[in-house]
Amino acid sequence: MNQLHSFQAVPSTRNAFDAYSTLPEPPRPQSTHAPRAHTQQPIVTGTSVLGIKYEGGVMLAADNLASYGSLARFKDIQRLHPLGDNTCLAVAGDMSDFQYMTKLLDATLRADRSVSLTDTHPPFSPQNIYTYLSNLYYARRSKVNPLWNAILVGGWDKEKKESFLAYVDLLGTTYSAPTLATGIGAHIAQPLLREAYEAKAGVDGKGPLLTGQEAEELLDTCMKVLFYRDARSLNKYQIATISNDGVKISDSKSSETEWGFAEGLRGYGPQTQ
Amino acid sequence: MASKGPVEGPSIGFDFSNYARNQYLGQTMGGLPKATSTGTTIVGMKFGGGDSGEEEGIVLGADTRATAGSIVADKNCEKIHYLTPNMRCCGAGTAADTEFVTNLISSNLELHALSQGKPARVVTAMTMLKQYLFRYQGHVGAYLVLGGVDSTGAHLFAVQAHGSTDKLPYMTLGSGSLAAMAMFESSFKQNMKREEAIALVARAIRAGVFNDLGSGSNVDVAVITKAGTEMLRNYEMPNERGVKSRNYKFRRGTTAWTKEDVRNLLVSEEVAVTAGAGKLQDTTEASQGMEVDA
Amino acid sequence: MALFAPPPMYADPTMAADKQHAFNPYSENGGSILAIAGADFTVIAGDTRQSEGYSIQTRYARKVWQLTDRCVIATNGFAADGNNFVKRIKQRLEWYEHAHQKQMSIKAIARLTQTMLYGNRFFPYFAYVILGGIDEDGTGAVYSFDPIGSYEREACRAAGAAQSLIQPFLDNQIYFRNQTPAPGAEPFVPGRLPLSTVLGLVIDSFTSATEREIAVGDGLELYVVMKKGRTTDDLVGSDNLIKNMQVQELGALGEGGSERTFLVSLPLKRD
Repeated sequence: MNQLHSFQAVPSTRNAFDAYSTLPEPPRPQSTHAPRAHTQQPIVTGTSVLGIKYEGGVMLAADNLASYGSLARFKDIQRLHPLGDNTCLAVAGDMSDFQYMTKLLDATLRADRSVSLTDTHPPFSPQNIYTYLSNLYYARRSKVNPLWNAILVGGWDKEKKESFLAYVDLLGTTYSAPTLATGIGAHIAQPLLREAYEAKAGVDGKGPLLTGQEAEELLDTCMKVLFYRDARSLNKYQIATISNDGVKISDSKSSETEWGFAEGLRGYGPQTQ
Repeated sequence: MASKGPVEGPSIGFDFSNYARNQYLGQTMGGLPKATSTGTTIVGMKFGGGDSGEEEGIVLGADTRATAGSIVADKNCEKIHYLTPNMRCCGAGTAADTEFVTNLISSNLELHALSQGKPARVVTAMTMLKQYLFRYQGHVGAYLVLGGVDSTGAHLFAVQAHGSTDKLPYMTLGSGSLAAMAMFESSFKQNMKREEAIALVARAIRAGVFNDLGSGSNVDVAVITKAGTEMLRNYEMPNERGVKSRNYKFRRGTTAWTKEDVRNLLVSEEVAVTAGAGKLQDTTEASQGMEVDA
Repeated sequence: MALFAPPPMYADPTMAADKQHAFNPYSENGGSILAIAGADFTVIAGDTRQSEGYSIQTRYARKVWQLTDRCVIATNGFAADGNNFVKRIKQRLEWYEHAHQKQMSIKAIARLTQTMLYGNRFFPYFAYVILGGIDEDGTGAVYSFDPIGSYEREACRAAGAAQSLIQPFLDNQIYFRNQTPAPGAEPFVPGRLPLSTVLGLVIDSFTSATEREIAVGDGLELYVVMKKGRTTDDLVGSDNLIKNMQVQELGALGEGGSERTFLVSLPLKRD
């Protein structure tokens, strides 16, 4: 409570500093007797993440930006998080909730690894990790105290010898599909991903999947288009490849962009020069 | 002339005097009636010119779904509206507004062409649209992609309901605009050939149709060059309805009734010729011709 | 079916506009579900599209789940609530089986569903639930619920995005509303239609809803629960198959040799 009250001085000085109101608003106490202000909002955020199944596993993509409102605040943040040998997360939304959640999961995996020294139970499958996350996120939303993220879980199930790709978000909403994207990526990148996936696999998904190279080129294209059209994106991103060989997270890379068409444009209406 | 009070509005155009009343009724009655809005994918792009070896032109595209809330109001509506022989306008937003605003501007462009003795230019249409829309401060909910070819070349504009315009080599509007824009951002090139341009526009519309719930059904395309407009209505039909598995023909008499009243609606009238030239004619034939069976 | 008024927290859009980021714990994921009871079978169906706003989240998400050998559940509304409700009810059914060495009857599952829904009266599961199956007498049964547990046994029920499109159609075709029998003919009796007719009605309901309701489409999953010892020829017989339709029998969850459940899948339009 004390901490919340200390924010109250801020709004009066805010307007001069933040004339266009682009910074996230600090939380204000509803009343002096409110038991606890649960409901929050994202502060430092990552934009959309992408995922696709290919013939040898799953690929995930996320850029390296963590924004503070409209400010591009941190430009070297990794939003792909490996868990164990054959699962990886791509996380959008609040970065502090992301760090809290990965700390929780890492601890769980570490505890399991130490138990497995005296036991022969199999390691966590991607499905196990996904179920854990879904329950965590649904439980938090049911306390009206959500973890403000949208997460893609990509994995390779070593037992079933098949790939795994699924989504969970702050509401505990879950779903799975051969191509997935969160946030604005669901509007911009998902049409490109579905089109390319269906071109080979067919609408029933029974045909051949994209090769690793095709999948990576497709993600490159999607990240470029997102950089063109998502105002909260950065042309610096990483791709995680999850296959039978484990999780490989690429170095950061950039797309070749094209701005030449701007030369020929004059004005917005009748202007010609 | 009768003097007008300082608070009286203009005597032409829309009447907003019931606005406050309607807001109140909306609150008390649980919502105002919903206008048919076109959750839509509309696109346009320039093609040809440069070293393509083809003359400059415009390709416009649109899906054909009109919605009212989450219900499909029209499965095959036309969203590419006629302006002049060499100008077309794709409309998104409130269906009635796109229809009326394009109709009005089309008429005014015709008058303009008649008074000037030459076809109106695309910028003229664009200016008329934006000035009209600006006047109504966004209350006329028409979001338009305007394309055409005139004496100064091929032009493509987007016109927003509030009156702002954009000039770009390709553009997308409507609820499916992000899906369609993804196709342009990944595949558009300057000076594409006509067939390439048609294929890209159709692909952009398909992206909207299959990924955006507000868009659906068929793909309409219009190709505009100096020679005129080729309207490719239902250029692709990827969503035809399958056959129903049952037959829903009802037995005659299925609908119950509480009373029966059969009335004769025919009016019969006997006309007897009493005087004049007719008297000399064959009376049997004349009376037969006049008789109407009840 | 009792009306459920959602709490004002998410019903009033003007309030949401004030607070830019007030957390709304609910969402609406589209789609539709439907169940029809026959004399010795029940059909429970749902489309497989999961959406939010104008976006398709996935073209394949299940809304219909087999609970026991004689009971199937379908949920519609907020998918996370629906899935978690099904998870909870499966847990309770497992405990029951361990305690009583038998599967719960559909009648008891219906009452359990009511208590579980009403248990969340002041933070409801935003899920419309339909149960379908075979009751203790071997007749087809459909139970429908509102999100806070009001329920009723019926011959048929549609719920979800296309409820307003499908239910009047069912009232006419299943309850024979506004239909007069031919002079001298037997009066219409609801709940006695043959399986092939019911299958046709369900499939036509969903293909038609797909035409006119944007949140319905992609695929149809249709569960048929059959009374013990009933013939299956009218389902798996080759001349009953519609184009692109697939039928598979789901294995028994209990000891077997009792009711049988079949899963029929059919693609729907994707626009």
